[in-house]
Amino acid sequence: MRTVEQTLEEILNLAAEHFRVPRGQLSPDDDFFKALRLDSLQALELLTRLEQHFGVELPDYEFQGVTDFRTLADRIQARL
Amino acid sequence: MLDLRQYQSLQEALRDALETFRNHVCLIESDRGRERHRLTYGQFREQAQPLARALQDAGLGAEPDPTAPANRAAILMTNQSRWLLAAYAIHSSGGVLVPLDYKLTGREQLALLAHSQARYLITEWFLWQQITRSEGFADFRPRCVVVTDAPADAELCGAVRWEEFVARGAGREPVFRPRRRSDWACIVYSSGTGGRPKGCVLTHDNYLEQCWSLTRWYPFWPGVRYLSILPTNHAIDFMVGYIGPFVCGAAVVHLRTLRPEFVREAFVTYRITYVSLVPMVLKNLERGLRQRLQELSPLQRRLFAGLVGLNRALTRDRPRPWLSRRLLPSIHRAFGGELRAIIVGGAFSDPQTLQFFYDLGIPVANGYGLTEACTAVTVNNLKPFRADTVGQPLPGVEVRIVDPDADGIGEVAVRGRNVMSHYLNDPELTAETIRDGWLYTGDLGRLDPDGHLRLFGRKKNMIVTAGGKNIYPEDVEAFFEGLPVKEFCIFAANYIWPARTLGDEQLVLVVRPEPEPEQTGREALHRELAARNRRLLDYKRVHGYLVWTHDFPRTVSMKIKRDVLAAEIRAAVERSAVVPL
Repeated sequence: MRTVEQTLEEILNLAAEHFRVPRGQLSPDDDFFKALRLDSLQALELLTRLEQHFGVELPDYEFQGVTDFRTLADRIQARL
Repeated sequence: MLDLRQYQSLQEALRDALETFRNHVCLIESDRGRERHRLTYGQFREQAQPLARALQDAGLGAEPDPTAPANRAAILMTNQSRWLLAAYAIHSSGGVLVPLDYKLTGREQLALLAHSQARYLITEWFLWQQITRSEGFADFRPRCVVVTDAPADAELCGAVRWEEFVARGAGREPVFRPRRRSDWACIVYSSGTGGRPKGCVLTHDNYLEQCWSLTRWYPFWPGVRYLSILPTNHAIDFMVGYIGPFVCGAAVVHLRTLRPEFVREAFVTYRITYVSLVPMVLKNLERGLRQRLQELSPLQRRLFAGLVGLNRALTRDRPRPWLSRRLLPSIHRAFGGELRAIIVGGAFSDPQTLQFFYDLGIPVANGYGLTEACTAVTVNNLKPFRADTVGQPLPGVEVRIVDPDADGIGEVAVRGRNVMSHYLNDPELTAETIRDGWLYTGDLGRLDPDGHLRLFGRKKNMIVTAGGKNIYPEDVEAFFEGLPVKEFCIFAANYIWPARTLGDEQLVLVVRPEPEPEQTGREALHRELAARNRRLLDYKRVHGYLVWTHDFPRTVSMKIKRDVLAAEIRAAVERSAVVPL
């Protein structure tokens, strides 16, 4: 079982790789819309990628209003 | 379809619809291809009744003055069947509905809740959590908050679970409270989360008349399946994803997960008849289709182009869905095989995109509307299809062009029973916007001899993004407060330098630096502006800035005279002087 810190680290690595952003530029409290320069469709793409990685389903409505990596990690952790 | 002209209020029409169509499918809710709910109109009524009763027990609708804040209830939810159950329960209790945009921040939601004075809130737990953690939550004093989707161990912060709340009203008939046509039905926010909230007060007459005229051109009937993707709080989905289908006995399909792969699947599974999209999503669909066409072999591409050409020639005067489906079966199968039209609105649509879909046999009902005019003012009725205009005024709606120039272009003004009553708590703005019964839209247009409206830009200082968001420069200014400059102001670029187009609209920041700035000061300013801009959501970002070395003209109360400043800038510099950020 991953710890929430491990989940967070994996999300940051995955986001950096998927959206081709240097990992060093991302930190847990960043707004991922801004840090990754995402529009709403790309944010859905990120969720799909995270679902594949963690093997869980992440309903859109649970992620309304979630904008930073840390909260994202908390919500995913709750489903692991 | 019901004869809407015989009803006084939305709830009377909807109540009759639930009875008339009781055995027809009304709502389908699916999540990742798994159907979670399927309700007939009769079952919808059974589920809405205890909710209405519980709301009434909590006091909704009891105030003798129908417009009293204690009769106002807000819905803040993503698209799901409970959105519509809640809307019906609020109206049938005699309440005024305040639909809120779930994409706003918690702080923005609180600002609109405070402005609307809604005493009841029906929301989802994850959105509620966002509100409870926002600054200003301590000042929010609702009578009752109902939440859906709350996990078992959730801290509810004073809210009640939907299931528990509904159980309180079970087994007792709610009181049905009809209203008059002139009574308020909804308070819908068109914008203004930062500075000046614009709460459009729409009456029962507005909705009933608008629905009557829209369904004359785009009828629904039992068997029609409408895919609800645009947020239901938006004027378009509220009308074509709730009122319109309900009074005609059609079915509404909600998807809890809006990933492209599930949306594609839903078209096929539910053989969707109509869908509404914003231009940005339509453009993405076009891109995807073009990509797939590129993957065909040269011979297949030539064949396909020939069939598209044939379809275009045979549907020049009007759509022929059966024919198009036979000519281009693979395209139509991908959309479920029964799609009759894509309704597009909320922002400017590229005519080439509209033509692309029409040539494939998928008509796009493009139109023009604004929340202040309930939903729509003009719509293309497809007889024949025209990609270059936003259609003709709907039945019962008048459009005129105010002070047209030599080319016939002027401000679009609208009159009809679809025009809102007023802006909530803002008589000054109401008086500026509605004069002698005409709604001054701030948009520039021209009417063709055959009555089609073409839009050419805006007179007002605002932009609409391709995603359909109205952005007022004043609302973005708050994010630049504290800049190390003497004064600053944000404009829609087209407001300073009028452009006869509505695509690709941008914001420009005008800064008046402290006197005699050093070059290093300018560089620091540039860095500061760029950093602040990056922190904004993409659709709120300014495109660039302009350094202005004169004092801003101001009123006696020190408000910036934006129109005067824009005219001064226009006379002195070209748009190319804007420094991109």
